Amino acid sequence: MIALPAPKPEILARRDAILADLARLLPADSVIGETLRLRPYETDGLAAYRQIPLAVVLPRTTAEVAAVLRYCHANGIRVVPRGAGTSLSGGALPLADAVVIGLMRMNTIREINYEDRYAIVGAGVTNIGITKAVEGDGFFYAPDPSSQLACMIGGNVMMNSGGAHCLKYGVTANNLLGVTFVTIEGEVIEIGGTHLDAAGYDWLGLITGSEGQLGLVTEVTVRILRGPEGARAMLAAFSSVEIAGAAVDAIIGSGIIPVALEFMDRPCIHACEAFAHAGYPLDAEAMLIIEVEGSVAEQDMLLDRIRGICAKFDPISMKVAESAEQSAAIWKGRKGAFGAVGRISPDYLCMDGTIPTGELPHVLKRISEMSAQYGLGVANVFHAGDGNLHPLIMFDANDPDSFRRAEAFGADILKLCVEVGGCLTGEHGVGVEKRDLMTTQFTRAELTLQRAIKSAFDPEWLLNTAKVFPLDDNPKIAA
Amino acid sequence: MQTNFTAEQLRDPDTAESNRILRTCVHCGMCTATCPTFLLLGDELDSPRGRIYLIKDMLESGRPASELEVRHVDRCLSCLSCMTTCPSGVNYMHLVDHARTYIEETYKRPWPERMLRGVLARVLPSPKLFRLSLKAAALARPLEPAIPGQSMLAQRLRGMLALAPKALPAPDPMQEAQVHPAEGERRGRVGLLTGCAQKVLNPEINAATIRLLTRMGIEVVITPGQGCCGALTHHMGQHERAMAAARANIRAWSAEIEGQGLDAIVVNASGCGTTLKDYGFMFREEPDAEDAARVAGLAMDITEVLEKFAYAPTRDEPAMTVAYHSACSLQHGQKITALPKQLLARAGFKVKEPAEGHICCGSAGTYNILQPAIAGQLRTRKLENIRRTKADVIAAGNIGCMTQLAGDAMPVVHTVQLLDWMAGGPRPEGLDGIG
Repeated sequence: MIALPAPKPEILARRDAILADLARLLPADSVIGETLRLRPYETDGLAAYRQIPLAVVLPRTTAEVAAVLRYCHANGIRVVPRGAGTSLSGGALPLADAVVIGLMRMNTIREINYEDRYAIVGAGVTNIGITKAVEGDGFFYAPDPSSQLACMIGGNVMMNSGGAHCLKYGVTANNLLGVTFVTIEGEVIEIGGTHLDAAGYDWLGLITGSEGQLGLVTEVTVRILRGPEGARAMLAAFSSVEIAGAAVDAIIGSGIIPVALEFMDRPCIHACEAFAHAGYPLDAEAMLIIEVEGSVAEQDMLLDRIRGICAKFDPISMKVAESAEQSAAIWKGRKGAFGAVGRISPDYLCMDGTIPTGELPHVLKRISEMSAQYGLGVANVFHAGDGNLHPLIMFDANDPDSFRRAEAFGADILKLCVEVGGCLTGEHGVGVEKRDLMTTQFTRAELTLQRAIKSAFDPEWLLNTAKVFPLDDNPKIAA
Repeated sequence: MQTNFTAEQLRDPDTAESNRILRTCVHCGMCTATCPTFLLLGDELDSPRGRIYLIKDMLESGRPASELEVRHVDRCLSCLSCMTTCPSGVNYMHLVDHARTYIEETYKRPWPERMLRGVLARVLPSPKLFRLSLKAAALARPLEPAIPGQSMLAQRLRGMLALAPKALPAPDPMQEAQVHPAEGERRGRVGLLTGCAQKVLNPEINAATIRLLTRMGIEVVITPGQGCCGALTHHMGQHERAMAAARANIRAWSAEIEGQGLDAIVVNASGCGTTLKDYGFMFREEPDAEDAARVAGLAMDITEVLEKFAYAPTRDEPAMTVAYHSACSLQHGQKITALPKQLLARAGFKVKEPAEGHICCGSAGTYNILQPAIAGQLRTRKLENIRRTKADVIAAGNIGCMTQLAGDAMPVVHTVQLLDWMAGGPRPEGLDGIG
């Protein structure tokens, strides 16, 4: 179990008074303080780690968020921001002495501008909610994490989320124009705007992916793009995981950039097919979902070339979606993949590392060897085009030993990613999950510099305290 | 997800089932996005994942339910939208049903609440009592705006009076126990659940069903001894009452199945259909488990039966656009989504689907009486989406939704009424001058 900082006894002792103060700051029904009702907030998408917070507040406006932060700052109370609570790295894991600020009520869309192609939305608007609001007019918001149905744009900014279509369109950072940012002192700052680029330091770049360490984002201005003329997905099935990995490398190596290039192995294919009924090849050891877009002629040309490349790897089958419904079913399976693994295992740890695509066959082989060594199943599903791996380690949370092995297995996978020249995280953030592995990726000097940036924004380390950095060497957050 | 039940607790079959369901949940949070109450209230506790967590904690601890859990479980519509969304296949329906029964057994509600629930559980399933109380409500209807205050009681009283129809149709003897013989050569023989509240509120639904099926060569049997399916009390956690109602039906239909036989048991109120199809599970530990499973296996929504017997229209296409309202019990509970729209299109209607079709209209059994504020917001939201379709008429497959959506500019009919009309039946009331 991961270590959390010791709660501040003086804060725990003042619990009732703090709850009363918060209730005065906010409208009725905005503060949760009873242990029974706090429990569902004790965890997020990484359910293995749990901690009941001191309180949960559900503000509706930036001014309310600022008031809560100002109060917490003045009283030395730690704060944990929360969006939809879908983080797979434990980004919203509470602390016993912390106030959780849930942003899900800030779910209104303030402005849509087609001429200049932007939308200004509350932090609690779901990722897909943005696309839903503009798709009738032929537009979309590009980054599409698999949890896009539920996850919220505020959390996407904080984790710099990606998604299947980021291969072509980039991650959150590449699709962001501005944010309303609230500091721990409760000051409201507008960063960026409705245009590309901004004067001075790249504050937006700093804040995107800062995991709630520097401040809270309450409103977000995103770029919206005109949708492509059309898109088509194809499935290519292979007889081994390594061969499919080699096919990915060949496609990317040929210079083609499909809009999405996704990988699934056998266990994952079976679980997802049971959920989505998409016609996935159940006889395959590995499968690629490859999507291209553009005019019909462009799609045909690209699909022909991709089929030609796949053919060199002796595929079991190749199938191009014949209708929009078939494409939708293919994506429904992929987007539901993590949850669908719940059909074959009571629990999973979803890893998130990035590697150079040339290393795919080697890394996949090593993962399957480790799976045998740890005695735990693994289902692989990931954004193969950009080398962003998501091995799902299957375990049984009712068996503590199985959980310990899963954690060790996961750490080994991430160390392997760094070892082959990759990175600890692709899009889920470091959170609490990968916090202690940061020393594998960064030198002491690099970490010191990063901590100095955190301290500049939040000298008392009140914001999402236990995340991102190892707890040791830090007097502010002794474990 | 990790659970903490003792071996002793797991000996109880309901707890064992709930444990199994909880172990399927991986806490991914997808369900929150399509939950109507989370959409409106923005609190994890009013989302499926939050409720699952509350229920897990309540069942594991074995402590009596408290107001804190009850508040959030009561706000659940049981629309089962979460089950359509869930990639892991969590059976939220059986979990929340267990929680509702647990609450009913261990929590003492304040007396006005107990009284209201007691009255609803007794009156709604009994056509006689329901008819009487609707007549009384019609008399009291002018008082509705005069009821003061924003208390739950005042809201509920106003809500109930607003829901009560201005005029009540006369009882239709067609719905009483009898056999309606097939016209021409007999192609099949089905039982019909005539229901309880629907029978009183809108006898035309059963009449259209009987007319259409018999015209298609299907004998329709209304068995003596059948009554309310048990759904209304089941969703209020009144387990024994629900089981008694269900058992009476199982006996009635089993006698019929063993006698002249049945090809199907037709249900034209999808809320009831979801429960009938679940009889096998509800009776899994009972001596009559086999009979219950057989009845559940024969239960079919009217649209499924029409498809099975190859429904075909006989009239010319009407120039009419239908907004198809997908009842939650049909789309989420029974996973019947495309079929009603296909049948309506086959009958010649132009079919439109409102935006947010997966979100509940707020009817949800007795929900619009017990949770009037949330139900009202959902109704407004639904009607706005329906209006945007610019259709002529709303079609739905469930009397609850029909009552909830009535009273706006657009007329509301049952899908089977439109299908019957196009196959030679009368034009449904309220559609004069359209198309």
